[in-house]
Amino acid sequence: MINRDIVIIGGGPAGLAAAISCYENGNKDIIILERDNSLGGILNQCIHNGFGLHTFKEELTGPEYAARYISQVHALGIDYRLNTMVIDINKDKVISSINETDGLMQIQAKAVILTMGCRERSRGALNIPGYRPAGIFSAGTAQRYVNIEGYMPGRQIVILGSGDIGLIMARRLTLEGALVKMVCEIMPYSGGLKRNIVQCLDDYNIPLRLNHTVTKIYGKERVTGVMVSEVDENRQPILGTEEYVECDTLLLSVGLIPENELSRKALVKINAKTQGPEVDECLSTSIPGIFAAGNVLHVHDLVDYVSMEAALAGKNAVKYVNGLFKPGFSIIIEAKNGVRYTVPGTINPNNAEDITVVRFRTGDVYRDAYLSVYLDDERVTHLKKRILTPGEMEQIIIPKKWFAERPNLQKITIMVEKE
Amino acid sequence: MYDIVIIGAGVVGSSIARVLSKYDLKIAVMDKEADICEQTSKANSGIVHSGYDAHVGSMKAKMNLRGSKMMESLCKDLDIPYRRNGSLVLAFSKTDLPKLEALKDQGDANGVEGLQILSTEEVLLMEPNLSNEVTNALYAPTGGIVDPFKLTIAQAEVACQNGVEFKLKTKVIDVEKHDDYFIIFTDKGEFKTRILVNAAGVYADDVNNQLSAYKLKITPRKGEYCLFDKQVGNIVDKTIFQLPTALGKGVLVTPTPDGNLLVGPTANDIIDKDDISTTAEGLKSVIDRARKSVKQIPMGFVITAFAGLRATEQNGDFVIGEAIDVPNFFNAAGIESPGLTSAPAIGEYLGAMIANRLNAIEKSDYIKTRTDTVRFESLSLADKANLIKENPEYGKIICRCELVTLAQIKDAIHRPLGAKTIDGIKRRTRAGAGRCQGGFCSPRVIEILAKELHLDPREVAKSDSNSVMLIEFDKDSL
Ligand SMILES: Cc1cc2nc3c(=O)[nH]c(=O)nc-3n(C[C@H](O)[C@H](O)[C@H](O)COP(=O)(O)OP(=O)(O)OC[C@H]3O[C@@H](n4cnc5c(N)ncnc54)[C@H](O)[C@@H]3O)c2cc1C
Ligand SMILES: Cc1cc2nc3c(=O)[nH]c(=O)nc-3n(C[C@H](O)[C@H](O)[C@H](O)COP(=O)(O)OP(=O)(O)OC[C@H]3O[C@@H](n4cnc5c(N)ncnc54)[C@H](O)[C@@H]3O)c2cc1C
Repeated sequence: MINRDIVIIGGGPAGLAAAISCYENGNKDIIILERDNSLGGILNQCIHNGFGLHTFKEELTGPEYAARYISQVHALGIDYRLNTMVIDINKDKVISSINETDGLMQIQAKAVILTMGCRERSRGALNIPGYRPAGIFSAGTAQRYVNIEGYMPGRQIVILGSGDIGLIMARRLTLEGALVKMVCEIMPYSGGLKRNIVQCLDDYNIPLRLNHTVTKIYGKERVTGVMVSEVDENRQPILGTEEYVECDTLLLSVGLIPENELSRKALVKINAKTQGPEVDECLSTSIPGIFAAGNVLHVHDLVDYVSMEAALAGKNAVKYVNGLFKPGFSIIIEAKNGVRYTVPGTINPNNAEDITVVRFRTGDVYRDAYLSVYLDDERVTHLKKRILTPGEMEQIIIPKKWFAERPNLQKITIMVEKE
Repeated sequence: MYDIVIIGAGVVGSSIARVLSKYDLKIAVMDKEADICEQTSKANSGIVHSGYDAHVGSMKAKMNLRGSKMMESLCKDLDIPYRRNGSLVLAFSKTDLPKLEALKDQGDANGVEGLQILSTEEVLLMEPNLSNEVTNALYAPTGGIVDPFKLTIAQAEVACQNGVEFKLKTKVIDVEKHDDYFIIFTDKGEFKTRILVNAAGVYADDVNNQLSAYKLKITPRKGEYCLFDKQVGNIVDKTIFQLPTALGKGVLVTPTPDGNLLVGPTANDIIDKDDISTTAEGLKSVIDRARKSVKQIPMGFVITAFAGLRATEQNGDFVIGEAIDVPNFFNAAGIESPGLTSAPAIGEYLGAMIANRLNAIEKSDYIKTRTDTVRFESLSLADKANLIKENPEYGKIICRCELVTLAQIKDAIHRPLGAKTIDGIKRRTRAGAGRCQGGFCSPRVIEILAKELHLDPREVAKSDSNSVMLIEFDKDSL
């Protein structure tokens, strides 16, 4: 058994930022375990630009953004292992991993940071009927084939779901000579960023069919076409609206699921809405000393926020190892009226930073509405928002001084209000 | 000239081939698909039925009982997953009780051991997640579950290691009877054989009808399923049936030997013998009906859906044996459910008949066992560590969901009748069979298949040459 102060599981942008933050906050006894053959996570296949606008004030590609962190990890001499898959963590923070050279490696950690990212929802999760031919890919897998392996998934493409990866791939495949016939979205709004709809669909005249879904897949060996139908307000296909669209490939961009199989093994409590761990203001999970950040915690659209979140987790992991956490009463953050969830879900004022950033998504599209914060019954924030959509993560700042001013505060409520 | 040609490399053809491979005979198995286990044997419930369903005295009853008895030791020989988890048939009203009793009587008469009618309390004690509407249940302790892919593939491997030739991608187009041999016309040329065995699944009527005046008529009866994530695989422990209907055994809810939850099947007669598409109505009806048995069907955990075709013959029973008017032509036709359970018994029964006909002599070097690809995920940490020490490629995880390593995938490719396709890898190792359904591992699996089989990645197919996954870049159209 090896001993380490802090073990970071996953070497994507979250893991990298967490490690650097641990180091900068004074703990050098850290290691990153990454199952892939390079650091950088999903960014390695995101060769489009648009990363790092907030952090570096310039538009980087995914690999460029990752490279800035990776070179820092190298410069600081932070230890990491590639091709190393963590297969178990227990609640006593013993981490078991395997790779070809070390075999089974067990590490006893004082603190663990979970940064395992997320995976894509598959066709099965949607239960689309039809045959099971070749030619059905999740958008991220197709992205890997095109950008890393150097192959095309097909020539005539229908994309189901307007998540960001699907939008990015619509443009990418068009640029590589494929015909992207349409992007179908079952909801009345897109699940992706506005800028991606403009830059990836509109600019290439790719139709976005809102309120449409794929109701059947054709082709016994390779996809030959799909049936597309309009849906009603209950998301049920409307009879008579079926349209057969010929294609050889169906790409699915229908949502991401945080990868928490390991977290569950460590008995970390998972939030049903985010599918990620429940965390407090320090990004500590329900198991003391286990922290989480990035897409494993909740699905992010901008990597800048992933890095910021992870830096906070790193800082707190060091604090935890140093025994600096103070017990105290935790104020609950309630998500209400259109706010689907919040990360964190509680704040202990004794450990909170000067400001706590609360991130969340709304459950629907709201125009000209207000984002409000209530401290118990008192409304303290009332922000006018031109648009709120589930595709874009929102945030609210909670300054620490609010707690000092209200020693009996029980609950913070964040909600969407019409006026 | 072959001594025996078997048409069909499903579980039935493979069982027959395994049994006959212990004799000193020249045998070939032909299948139109690129791999064994590509049709009905890959898409079914995987239940080892205890045998109360089949009519007393039928071939189905006889084969089912014998197959169920053989299964445990056979699976041990084949080193494949099998579990005798027991099964329950639920009744939802007191008026159903006589039907349960009739089923029990039939089972008793068939020789099924240990059948028992349980009260609501007894049932719910056994299976707390069942619906509170359950009034009684028939408990069959001898019911089991088996991995249908492995039952097929492992038997074919045993046959292969004992010298049986497998001619895949070989479609039988016509068969001709001559005095003491048959000519088989295929898309890969002509073959002669002294004995012809028909194990062609839903196509077995076509084969029979080319030779015999006693015509068979097989109607494909589609069954659709939903498969759920392992996280919810323990909602039930036993296989949960409802009372059978005219079309079959109704919708069941069962754990699989690998720990998933399986719900299905429907039963609809169709025309197209290749139509294994799932339908919206089918999947909905499966779930609706399963909700009657189990309180909560965790819809958020569906990982895939699939359909298979039962080969139902118009007379309702298995057709097993020599055709009355065509000596040396043996049928294993109309093998619908419980065909998976029965297959080893069918192999034994027909095998003995055919060996007898040929006065066959047993080989001295017959090897009846095989070892499966390592099931890495289910090993203890210590065993995992030792294995990696022996072969570092066990330290390289390819499929993250099911924890399948490079060493397993290479083994699946290079063993007898090895995998050549992505589906072939999946059925032999479970790579791609987990919750992300190949999202992460299929690029890796394509790469490994290409490397090991000296193919271009663009030639690697999902299941046959028309189902290639990738194509080259082509910007000419721009
Ligand atoms: C297609 C796409 C387009 C995007 N476009 C943009 C954009 O334009 N601009 C922008 O700002 N953001 C964009 N993002 C979002 C941003 O890239 C992600 O939010 C970010 O990569 C998430 O970082 P992460 O570290 O949490 O997860 P990941 O990058 O997924 O990293 C997780 C890492 O953990 C490893 N891991 C997981 N489990 C284990 C285990 N058991 N053992 C060892 N290692 C493990 C994985 O291999 C992986 O390397 C995009 C994301 C995608 C997918
Ligand atoms: C929905 C469903 C549920 C079931 N559940 C169970 C269960 O729980 N328990 C149980 O015991 N049984 C069950 N069964 C039955 C069982 O699956 C079948 O009885 C069994 O798989 C039949 O095996 P087979 O080898 O006869 O057919 P197949 O597996 O279909 O094999 C026939 C082979 O013949 C080949 N072939 C056909 N024509 C030609 C040709 N002209 N040339 C070359 N090759 C040819 C095909 O390619 C195929 O590979 C179920 C069946 C279905 C459909």
